Amino acid sequence: MAASEPTALERFINGILPENPVFRQLLGMCPVLAVTNGMKPAMTMAAATASVLICANIIISLIRGFLKPHLRILVFTLTIATFVTITDRFLAAYVYTMSKQLGPYVPLIIVNCLIISRCEICASKQRVSVAIADAVGMSIGYALPLACIATVRELLGSGTWFGCPVLAESWWPRWGIMVLPPGGFLVLGILLATSEWYTHRRAARAGM
Amino acid sequence: MTMNQQLKQGNYITQAWLVILLALLYGSALAGVHVGLSDRIEHNKRNEIYSQIPNLVPDAVQEKTQEKTVQGLDGKTTIVYQACDAKGQCIGWVLRGSGQGFADRIELLVGIDPTLSSITGMYVLDQKETPGLGNYITDPERFQNQFATKKIDPPLVVVKSDPDPQHEILAITGATISSESVSDTVNKTIANLKQPILDLNR
Repeated sequence: MAASEPTALERFINGILPENPVFRQLLGMCPVLAVTNGMKPAMTMAAATASVLICANIIISLIRGFLKPHLRILVFTLTIATFVTITDRFLAAYVYTMSKQLGPYVPLIIVNCLIISRCEICASKQRVSVAIADAVGMSIGYALPLACIATVRELLGSGTWFGCPVLAESWWPRWGIMVLPPGGFLVLGILLATSEWYTHRRAARAGM
Repeated sequence: MTMNQQLKQGNYITQAWLVILLALLYGSALAGVHVGLSDRIEHNKRNEIYSQIPNLVPDAVQEKTQEKTVQGLDGKTTIVYQACDAKGQCIGWVLRGSGQGFADRIELLVGIDPTLSSITGMYVLDQKETPGLGNYITDPERFQNQFATKKIDPPLVVVKSDPDPQHEILAITGATISSESVSDTVNKTIANLKQPILDLNR
C-alpha cells in the first residue's frame, strides 16, 4: 500500500490541475460563489483558506501515528476550527476593512470540505513533507479558479481589477448582475462547462 | 470500584487522550492569540469611528473628541462621542446605533448638531445587505449624504420619489427595506439618546 501512495511532487501537481478542488472535485463552492465579486476579497479568501489548509495538514500529518480511526474526524474538525479562528482574528487585526467585507465567510472556512478531505486523504496517511506539498498544491488549485471567476466578475460588473479602474464607465456599461450572486453561478457554470469540454476533447484526441 | 469499571475508565483515557490534549493545546493557543490581538482589533474599530467623526460633524477635529457614557431610555449604557472643533468648543454629537436590516444587523453612526435639532451626517459601520442593491446604503453619493440636511423632529420617513429636503429620505431603487432599516435605526437611536444627552448638558 505504502509503495503506491503518491509522492510529494505528484501530490503538488495533482492539486493544481488534475484534481483541481473547484473544477474537478467541486469542493468549497460557497466561497467560490460568495466572495468572487472582486479580486481583493477573492484573494484574501484564497490566502486564508491556504493558511488553514497548510497548518491543518502539518499538524494532522505530525500526529497521524496517534490517530484513532473512530476519533479522527473529531481531531480534524478541532484542528481546522482552531486555525480558522486564528486566521479570522489575524484578518480582523491586520486587514480590518477586508475582514469586514468578507464578514461570515471567513469563519465558514471551517466547513470547507476541501480542508477536511485533504486531512483525510493525504495528511493522515503520509509524512509531513508530502502533506505540505499537497496543501500548497491544493491551495494554488483553489486560488486559480477563485482568481478566474473574480477577474471576470469584477471586470464586467465593476470595470475594475483589484480595485483599479480598467474599463471606463463611458464605454463599458456595468453589468450589475455580475456583482450579484447570479453572476457567480453564471461564471462558475461557464468555466465548469469549458473545463469539461476541454477534458473531453483531449481524451477524444488521445483515443484516436 | 469493580475491576471492570477500572478497565473501562483506563480504556476511555487511552482512546481520547489525544483529543483532550489537543483541545487543551488549541484552547491555550486561541487564548494567546486573543490576548495578543484583541487590543489591536478594538483599536481598529475605534479608529474607524474616530476617522468618521469629521465627516459626520462638519469642522470637528478627531483629537478633540470626548467620550461620554450615557444611559439610554432603553436602560442600556452607551458611549456617545462629543465632537469638538479645534478650539475645544462642542459642535455636535456622534451616536452609535444598530438595527435589523434586510440581511443582518446594520450598525451605524449618526452625527447631530449640539442643540439636537438636526442631523449632520450618517455613516454605516457594518452591514451585510445584498451586494449591488442594499449595500448602496454605504454609498455616500447614492444614499448616505442625504441624511446631512434632515431635521430630527418629526422622525424621518422613507419615500420612493420627490423627498422633502427636511424630513424625507429617498429610498434606494430595489432596496426599500434596507433604506427603511437605516432610517428607522437612525430615528430609534436619536429617540433613545436625545433626552440623556440633553440631561448631560445640565
